[in-house]
Amino acid sequence: MKPGRVIGTVVASRKVESLTGVKLLLVQPLDEDGRPAGEPVVACDTQQSGPGQTVFFIGGREASLPLPDPFNPSDATITGIVDAVTRDVP
Amino acid sequence: MQLGRVVGTVVSTRKSDNIRGLKLLLVRQVSSANAPLDNYLVAVDVVQAGVGDTVLYAEGSSCRQTAATDKRPVDGIVLAVVDTWEVDGREIFNAARGEGAAA
Repeated sequence: MKPGRVIGTVVASRKVESLTGVKLLLVQPLDEDGRPAGEPVVACDTQQSGPGQTVFFIGGREASLPLPDPFNPSDATITGIVDAVTRDVP
Repeated sequence: MQLGRVVGTVVSTRKSDNIRGLKLLLVRQVSSANAPLDNYLVAVDVVQAGVGDTVLYAEGSSCRQTAATDKRPVDGIVLAVVDTWEVDGREIFNAARGEGAAA
């Protein structure tokens, strides 16, 4: 999974049936300091994530599993909202 | 998924048997700012997208999880035609305004 921040939303009325009713969000991957790191991706949302929220999203085929119809072609799905990241440096 | 623009259709009569009957599109990736990027793929279309459409595509083995591509050697799929997207509340792309026709 990867850390990211929700930066936008995508609307696509015509999409593969297995993703019907699934919200599509633009997510900016982050580094350990919460700064942007890499190109944004479009991820399916399962946590009613809102704009600006820090989340983590799963990639690859596993991205299909958290969704209502698990037989879908998603390759990025938000699976959690981050409350905090602690970095206890020894 | 990634944002992309359909820039062509790919016709291939000589190809592996297990991808026969699948419509192939040439897709160019676009950034979240709607700028064309130097990344192209040949993707299977399952939503009747056409040249000029702005789409979402997936990659990897997720792409085999549709009726049309199940158990087939497919690692790129156009799974949505995009109407609009916004970043930080600002609309970046709107198909109705005909933006993005040029790759």
